[in-house]
Amino acid sequence: MPDPYSLRVNGVDCEVADSDLAESLLFVLRERLGLTGTKNACTEGECSSCAVLIDGVLTCSCLVLAATAAGQEVTTVEGLSNGRDGLSVVQEAFVDEGAVQCGFCTPGLIVAVHDLLEANADPSDGDVREALSGNLCRCTGYGRILAAVNTAAEAKRSQP
Amino acid sequence: MSDVVVARSLDEAQGALADHPGATVLAGGTDLMVEINRGLRRPSHVVGVAQVPELRQWSIADDRVIVGGGVTYTEMMTTPLADAAPALAQAARTVGSPPIRNAGTLGGNLGTASPAGDTLPVLAALNAKIVVVGPDGERRMALDDFVVGVKRTSLRPGELIVRAEMDRPAGRQEFLKIGPRNAMVISMAGLALVADHDARAVRCALGAVAAGIPRARVAEAWVAERIDWDNGAGVDDEVAAEFGQRVAAASSPIDDHRSTAAYRRHAVAVLATRALKRAFTEEGAADA
Repeated sequence: MPDPYSLRVNGVDCEVADSDLAESLLFVLRERLGLTGTKNACTEGECSSCAVLIDGVLTCSCLVLAATAAGQEVTTVEGLSNGRDGLSVVQEAFVDEGAVQCGFCTPGLIVAVHDLLEANADPSDGDVREALSGNLCRCTGYGRILAAVNTAAEAKRSQP
Repeated sequence: MSDVVVARSLDEAQGALADHPGATVLAGGTDLMVEINRGLRRPSHVVGVAQVPELRQWSIADDRVIVGGGVTYTEMMTTPLADAAPALAQAARTVGSPPIRNAGTLGGNLGTASPAGDTLPVLAALNAKIVVVGPDGERRMALDDFVVGVKRTSLRPGELIVRAEMDRPAGRQEFLKIGPRNAMVISMAGLALVADHDARAVRCALGAVAAGIPRARVAEAWVAERIDWDNGAGVDDEVAAEFGQRVAAASSPIDDHRSTAAYRRHAVAVLATRALKRAFTEEGAADA
């Protein structure tokens, strides 16, 4: 077994022991660290259900060799909500707009929408479609997801 | 996998490759990790180069643009790099999705050397030199000498792709691509076309329609003589259509799971005609 390495996830240093170095960040998050919010679907970057932020950059965690993320700041969907106090503005908007059906794509969408709204407080429909073009949802038809993004953007802009 | 080195400098990357010349270089992971996740590849030594600052640099001069191997598609799409190499930005814009473009790099596109690599026709049309470093020092070569077959390069053991140096001609640049949707698409056919008003030349290269990245040199020379370079650089519809047919003759497509040879050949002709018209409209001439 290789030497353990450390990942910083949602502000916490996590030791990854007894791992195979070929493991993706997605696998390590779910199977080694128990952070199952990040979903495992295609493992080839097609669906973005495993999206996380690495040093603030939206990334498919299935395409990251976990050991190479040592020293970087990984933020998963678990790190975006306000802890036990409640959901993020984006998560609330997804609930309010009914943008969730089976829910499998939802964590990746939540991360991607956080990333979008950080960069662009007032995205056009085109901006939103572009930003989410890699997030596959097979249930909703996307209409309610787009509505949720607009609702989240408005809510975020009206925050003090 | 027994060893993963995350290089923090070009020296570290070169040192790691010198220690294990057969090591696999990992950049954005958008190709290699797919194969590792599927169990198709299990490299014993991996050198991660995504955090090598020297590879992430780019620079713009009057007559050329230099892009480091670690520059991501997202960075290629962003000004000022996007303004200096517009076709490169257009090609980058068609790759995958935002998270894929945040990770994937120019060097990775070169290293994978797929005929469908979207930046490769742009590099060919911009006369790019690919610069690699290795145990024997630096080598510079044209794309033709770098990509030597389907997913095959002339990289030697221990060598690393450092940067691509491309022309910055006065004139419009176009990259066009055919696929089933606007995002997450691997090219069924791709084409880059560059107008060079100083040299009075047109350069056109093709993706996903041959084993390599062919330049349509016969068609380029043919059309350059039929453009009215002195008076607004317009182009006749008949010339544009004939150019399309002549460019298609430079392709040698195959039937595969993404498309058919016949469709690809047809698509190349359409793309070439369209790109030429866009590059040589009145507005295009005014930009030059």
